Amino acid sequence: MAFGALYFIGVFLSLGVGVYFIIEDADLGDPLRVVNQFMIYYLAFDMVFRYMLQKMPVTNIKPLLYLPFKKSQVVYYSLGKTAVSFFNWSHAFFFVPFSIVLLTQDYGVANVVGWHLGLMALIYCNNFINVLVNNKNNVFYGIAGLFILLGVSQYYGWFDITTYTAPLFDILFDIPVTALIPWAILLALFGSAFNYFKKNMYLDGGLATKASEAKTENLDWLNRFGNLGTFLKNDIKLIKRNKRARTAVIMGFFFIFYGLLFFGGAVESYDNPFMKIFAGIFVTGGFLFSFGQYVPSWDSSYYPLMMSQNIQYKEYLSSKWYLVIIATVISTFLATFYLYYGWEAYAAVLAGAIYNVGINSYLVLWGGAYVKTPIDLTSNKKAFGDKQAFNAKTLLLTLPKLLLPIIIYTIGHFAISPAAGYIFVTLFGVLGFVFKDKAFEIIEKIYKKEKYKTLVAYKQKA
Amino acid sequence: MITAHNLSKTYSSQTVLNVESLEIPKGQSFGLVGNNGAGKTTLFSLLLDLIQPSTGHIINNEIQVDQSEAWKPFTSAFIDETFLIGYLTPEEYFYFIGELRGRNKADVDALLSQFEDFFHGEILGQKKYLRDLSKGNQKKAGIVASFIGNPEVVILDEPFANLDPTTQIRLKGIIKELATKENVTVLVSSHDLIHVTEVCERIVVLNKGEVVKDIQTSAETLKELETFFGG
Repeated sequence: MAFGALYFIGVFLSLGVGVYFIIEDADLGDPLRVVNQFMIYYLAFDMVFRYMLQKMPVTNIKPLLYLPFKKSQVVYYSLGKTAVSFFNWSHAFFFVPFSIVLLTQDYGVANVVGWHLGLMALIYCNNFINVLVNNKNNVFYGIAGLFILLGVSQYYGWFDITTYTAPLFDILFDIPVTALIPWAILLALFGSAFNYFKKNMYLDGGLATKASEAKTENLDWLNRFGNLGTFLKNDIKLIKRNKRARTAVIMGFFFIFYGLLFFGGAVESYDNPFMKIFAGIFVTGGFLFSFGQYVPSWDSSYYPLMMSQNIQYKEYLSSKWYLVIIATVISTFLATFYLYYGWEAYAAVLAGAIYNVGINSYLVLWGGAYVKTPIDLTSNKKAFGDKQAFNAKTLLLTLPKLLLPIIIYTIGHFAISPAAGYIFVTLFGVLGFVFKDKAFEIIEKIYKKEKYKTLVAYKQKA
Repeated sequence: MITAHNLSKTYSSQTVLNVESLEIPKGQSFGLVGNNGAGKTTLFSLLLDLIQPSTGHIINNEIQVDQSEAWKPFTSAFIDETFLIGYLTPEEYFYFIGELRGRNKADVDALLSQFEDFFHGEILGQKKYLRDLSKGNQKKAGIVASFIGNPEVVILDEPFANLDPTTQIRLKGIIKELATKENVTVLVSSHDLIHVTEVCERIVVLNKGEVVKDIQTSAETLKELETFFGG
């Protein structure tokens, strides 16, 4: 969890401390009321994140079944385990400092405590709702769609759900005793989750791994690419049929909007040309980073097969490379909406895309040789990164991925003009593209050298 | 076909395999037996260049396996479930292996049709991914996949384990036929002494990494092995 978790803790902590003063400075009204107004979206986002990433407690129940425990103890234990999940306590990094700030700003002590406890209960309600609706995709996409619709209609002023929900959160502050209501709901949710689990604790019931009906797919149109097509076919199936790989694609998609923070001027410290090239790299490179950094770990569960089959490393790596390139090109097209922020914004995106294709695509494949984290394709555990993935070598490789383009740009920016900065970054990308064969040769050698260590590492199951 | 010279594998101070010399001629059905930790899987992993030897080397059809990859086109193996791609259906898996070994769909289909009996209607057209098949059925798919592309060397680690009795008997027939009719070198390891003595022309017993017996199978072989392991 290391990297992603630290990032979120950082964001939560700075929001928790700063949001009061930001809202006050912006003169939006009483900061607590403003926070309450948007709290419904906060909870909705929390729900979406949980649904996609939080690991369900059932996975480790099986070995406990035939040990001398009472069933209810096993259920308490596994539900209790979800309660101490990162997805719950991370919110404390926002709510605790925010509540402390409220207290220092002379809000009533009892009121703040009531509000704080009430929201804490709601966060935990999310936890148990998630346990209950787990794997019910229809419900999830329905609700997620509804909230996107609500968000859009609020933005355009058609319908504002927050006028109805804000008072609900306000009341927790105004009448602290009402905090008991969310706690009562929480208790009821816990009870129903408990009963649900207990009732379904059979190998052919709730503990059965759901086998989706498989369909043999041809994808014969990829045959024209020869051996490369063979691997591409597999990679497409890998992404379509495995939760973990799908998550990487979804994360890549969200990165396209990451640039809004930079170009939209939402964050002041981001509002300079150097950070814009940084944004360009991320907007088009989301998939490149989220998927590419785990090549060859995606194939970890059958790496011995790949290593003893009649396979050339070069073809294997090319297939992954093409996949990353195709995704980068698609992201670049999807990101055309940045033209709204002027040609310079899209120039940054384009320069970033070409740099990603020409340089970063090799670097992620290179770095992947050192990652050596076995991936459990069927679960989203560790989707945010893993401490094994953060060794000195991979960290060193992130420098040219992110810092080098900024440095190149800066040189062009100061020596000649901003446009020259973009051209410099682009040139570097084109240069990398020209030396593709050489780069592949080097990467191939590294993969061969690391082969035995990688095989041993993948043996340790995720 | 296969020769090992002065081959050993040592982890820190523990030697798990130490074979001075071993020669397996082409077309032999070769059985490897030994208790857990005797070094059977280690030997197979060395043959497939999945681990590096501490000393010595293996030559497979004049190719030193840890130096060149040219042994791959004519060698195939099924060691364990890491040789299966869980998110593919059996058909997709067979075609994938077929493409890697230069066989088109029709070739693969023709081969698969010979194994209809062996599959017993539980592999093809099941609308299931390999990861959702039972252990025995996974094994059937993996074993048959190792026959795709006319390999000259087939390595099977514990092929009889997890199979139901009917399939075990069918597999014995298949292995015998491979070695006698198609001149394929088949390497099989097993904990089941009866199966190996039935299937293999030659049996090598490993104990703590060393070759302790090297027998041409005869009517007395089973007895000999039983005394060795029993006593």
